[in-house]
Amino acid sequence: MSHFTKSAVYKPDALIAKDVNAYLKAHQKKLLLRFITCGSVDDGKSTLIGRLLFESKMLFEDHLKQLELDSKRTGTQGKNLDFALLLDGLEAEREQGITIDVAYRFFTTEKMKFIAADTPGHEQYTRNMITAASTAELAIILIDARKGVLTQTRRHSFLCKLIGINNFILAVNKMDLVKYSESTFKKIFSDYNEFAKKIGIKNITAIPVSGLLGDNITSPSINTTWYSGSTLMNRLENLVTPKKPKSKNGLKMPVQWVNRPNSNFRGFSGKIVDGSVKLGEKVRILPGGTLSEVSKIFVSDRKVEQAKTGESITLTFKDEVDCSRGQIITAADQPIEVADQFESKLIWMDEEDLVPGRSYYLKIGTQTVLATISTPKYQINVNTMEHMACKTLTLNTIGVANIIMDRPIAFTPYEKNKELGGFILIDKIRNSTAAAGLINFALRRSKNIHWQALDITRKDRANQKNQKARVIWLTGLSGSGKSTIANTLEQKLNNLGYHTFILDGDNVRHGLNKDLGFTEVDRIENIRRIGEVAKLMTDAGLVVITAFISPFKLEREMVRKMMEPNEFFEIYIDTPLAIAEKRDVKGLYAKARTGELKNFTGIDSPYEPPENPEIHIKSDQLSAVEAADLIVKKLFI
Amino acid sequence: MSTLTHLSKLESEAVHIMREVVAEAERPVMLYSIGKDSAVMLHLAKKAFYPSSPPFPLLHVDTTWKFQDMYKLREKSAKDARMELLIHKNPEALKRGINPFDHGTLHTDLWKTEGLKQALNKFNFDAIFGGARRDEEKSRAKERIFSFRNCHHRWEPKAQRPELWSLYNTQKSKGESFRVFPLSNWTELDVWQYIYLEDIEIVPLYFAASRPTVDRDGLILMIDDERFPLNKHEKPCIRSIRFRTLGCYPLTGAIESKAKTLPEVIQETLLTTTSERQGRAIDAEEGSSMEAKKQQGYF
Repeated sequence: MSHFTKSAVYKPDALIAKDVNAYLKAHQKKLLLRFITCGSVDDGKSTLIGRLLFESKMLFEDHLKQLELDSKRTGTQGKNLDFALLLDGLEAEREQGITIDVAYRFFTTEKMKFIAADTPGHEQYTRNMITAASTAELAIILIDARKGVLTQTRRHSFLCKLIGINNFILAVNKMDLVKYSESTFKKIFSDYNEFAKKIGIKNITAIPVSGLLGDNITSPSINTTWYSGSTLMNRLENLVTPKKPKSKNGLKMPVQWVNRPNSNFRGFSGKIVDGSVKLGEKVRILPGGTLSEVSKIFVSDRKVEQAKTGESITLTFKDEVDCSRGQIITAADQPIEVADQFESKLIWMDEEDLVPGRSYYLKIGTQTVLATISTPKYQINVNTMEHMACKTLTLNTIGVANIIMDRPIAFTPYEKNKELGGFILIDKIRNSTAAAGLINFALRRSKNIHWQALDITRKDRANQKNQKARVIWLTGLSGSGKSTIANTLEQKLNNLGYHTFILDGDNVRHGLNKDLGFTEVDRIENIRRIGEVAKLMTDAGLVVITAFISPFKLEREMVRKMMEPNEFFEIYIDTPLAIAEKRDVKGLYAKARTGELKNFTGIDSPYEPPENPEIHIKSDQLSAVEAADLIVKKLFI
Repeated sequence: MSTLTHLSKLESEAVHIMREVVAEAERPVMLYSIGKDSAVMLHLAKKAFYPSSPPFPLLHVDTTWKFQDMYKLREKSAKDARMELLIHKNPEALKRGINPFDHGTLHTDLWKTEGLKQALNKFNFDAIFGGARRDEEKSRAKERIFSFRNCHHRWEPKAQRPELWSLYNTQKSKGESFRVFPLSNWTELDVWQYIYLEDIEIVPLYFAASRPTVDRDGLILMIDDERFPLNKHEKPCIRSIRFRTLGCYPLTGAIESKAKTLPEVIQETLLTTTSERQGRAIDAEEGSSMEAKKQQGYF
């Protein structure tokens, strides 16, 4: 490695010493390219980045000194400098000799500024690799010339393509160890090409390099006279040319924040994610579709006549229109799609598996909505690209599923625009980022099925019965007395003249839900259907009493959200497990204890008690009649 | 119209990040350390919310050992930005007279790390802007833009949330918070260049002037006030010096320099062969000292 370090002294650009003002002027105009490097462990990724930093004079003396010390202490390269230590910034990484999370490194050449993201190779840290890839425009795929295309090479290429990277450099590294063999290089390139074609990667440049010795990094190597292509640095500098934004693209800007310093100014701040905007332009605010006209534009604090993609701006409108965070301002004649259901790719990133039917937060653009995910249609094997049947998605798996949201949103397919078609799912309890989603298309049924407006309203129906529609939701363990209390309650309400209906667990499972079992997924679907039925009944003006174990907090919350405010009342029928088990009216606990009955709540499946029920009834202390009286007193009188 | 230059992209990204925080956090605050990165961050905040003034206060965790010139600029900057300035000094450190001369690492620990945690708890801030950049140090190079902290303000580097595109997951439970770094993707040169382009006011100590100094432990230290205890054989000498970074004056090494204008400073910065944090005593200890400090809540 002495080869590397001898010249490893910071050599600044000659122009800096000669004329710093001229240098600054040139630097100001530089463009930015973000790229990632991926490859298997020991393909020489870190050495390559070390080399790039070094060649662009970004390794300072104190960095090198530190690196020498670290290499002696924990290095894996014998007497040589271990460049991985330069990038593996976390103690755990240096300790284990692996890259866990992405490291960002910066360097500048005379033409460009670069942000390089060095990504972990292990499958376990896929989510960190995806994090880096999501903001990159180019990927350098490293291959060890001695090993050729490996499973990891394929997986990384697939993930890069999936997340929308379209430019690839195949750096066939460690050429010095294969005697700069042209045939080895060609074989690897053709192997890779064959695979790349299958997954739709088109723009590939293959370059034979040695990160360690510097071949074809910044200057053409005398060792590869058979290669006439560009050097790696040259390719990086020229691959992504400054595109002129297509002027015909209409404005698309998610509203981030409403700017109201005083009553005379109401501005809408956000970043333009596509197109451009001019003063006087007609715009449409989605999903509502309100029209208006742009009266002022500010790029940060500068008043301008027009603004373009990538700029953070503040707009004002000619008239007072309703517009707030989460909405998208588009050119009036180029609105984007609005739907509440779509098909999407999902990259699962959470230790907890996907629970189909459960509700998650879905954040897209500047908006957060509630969404439920269907059972995946299939899962993609990232090593072989095969589609496989699956029931859920687990950490680092990728699948395709339908997503249903609680309200319509404006979006574009991910392929058309990352910022209007990419979303994250957030676990509602643990707040973790559960998945990254890439929208494929809106589901036809959501586009075409519009709500049928009816002349007789739900209020009319309830008024006719002289009552307010509501749902009395009894939840508790099996044997806590839900059904008995529900029965007694219904009798009392009937005597008082209310129009009621009972939905009971066992009865529903004989009909509507007889296709469902007792797994977590089926239990969620069970409750969802019951919620929908209860909702129809409240629309009909009825007082609905339900008696279901409904063990999961999230599903009870889901039902609550389906109803109008103040229509849903959660009644916790609280009995200690020991007492419920002792009663064991249906003999179910006995079966569960012997293992004959699986997934039984309280035994081998959890019950999540309500935190803030409207009424909390301790049924080991009250009789069914007393409990029913309490409910009547609290909710009906 | 052409593609944005790297500086306009960085500016737009920082503005976007700040607006996200204000839209989603309950009690945001900007940690203001009076250095050049803070100056840039404050400037960007003014831009992001124009014509409103930035809708959050500035917080200075004061160690009482900053340079006099820094204290002067602190008051002025807050006033110019029409922002509330909160100053917190750890009462325990004050009572015990903790100082960098007698107490070594305890100084940073009590004044800065503990002081910061106290201030955050006192005001219940749930999103804290910091001016750290990824090019500064290798554990910073790994940190997310929205960096989650548990209720003890701890950073969990092995379990960072994925951060895709420019979508930030800001969901958290009570007591938890985020450190947010709008300058994550800026380099030292970008910061200088931006200060130059936008004519941002910075502490005069960044420019060379004749100042009283002594050499100690390989650093050139400036004698900023009468609290500096001189060793027997030490004699202050006047030298033309400036600073690349600013912290507590007894812990911040100066460099000899004649650069009196911004282009000259930039020129010198670019021609130097060491990185900027080299002048900071805190980094030199061992490989992962910064990571350990950050885990405990240090910015």
